[in-house]
Amino acid sequence: MFTAATAAIMVTMALALVRSFLGPTIYDRILAVNMFGTKTVLMISVLGFLMGRPEFLDIALVYALINFVGTIAMLKYFKYGDLGIGPTSSEDRR
Amino acid sequence: MGIIVHALSWLCLLGGSFFVLAGGIGMMRLPDVYTRSHAAGMTDTLGAGLILIGLMIQGGFTLITVKLVLILMFIIFTSPTSTHALIHTAHASGIGPELAENSDEENTESKT
Repeated sequence: MFTAATAAIMVTMALALVRSFLGPTIYDRILAVNMFGTKTVLMISVLGFLMGRPEFLDIALVYALINFVGTIAMLKYFKYGDLGIGPTSSEDRR
Repeated sequence: MGIIVHALSWLCLLGGSFFVLAGGIGMMRLPDVYTRSHAAGMTDTLGAGLILIGLMIQGGFTLITVKLVLILMFIIFTSPTSTHALIHTAHASGIGPELAENSDEENTESKT
């Protein structure tokens, strides 16, 4: 049963990867990469149960944190063109 | 562990796998970024939630379940946040939703 869940998650990861290559706009690619990261968290959790080593859940927790921070950082970079810029510092620069 | 608990866990895992697969197919077939964000958000909440709940039933009352609850809470909080930020940025950068060619006529007809 864990094998079926792993197979479904792997198929979805492959589809998200294809969309991240095909995506017409940059936001399609970011959405696909974000979805790929969430599926990676799920797959690490299921693989921990499948292989009888639930210690993998710590890695899944850390991966969820990194995925969220990475997505927000990428969006901020494409919106402002700079990672260190913020609402107050942008007013200061003007 | 009873057979009923096992069956419940399998049902949750299979349901989560179904929603994850549906989200992946929607990611390929839907036309623009706004509809694709619906597919991605559905797999993040319903698919991930059902799979993690199925794993929680398998884990029992141990530290494993506590970690799974932490992962589930984190995914539930961060997935709508990142989807909202992405769609907000896409809308602010001038990408409009892809409409059907005769949607304006249909709208005017429905208004009158």
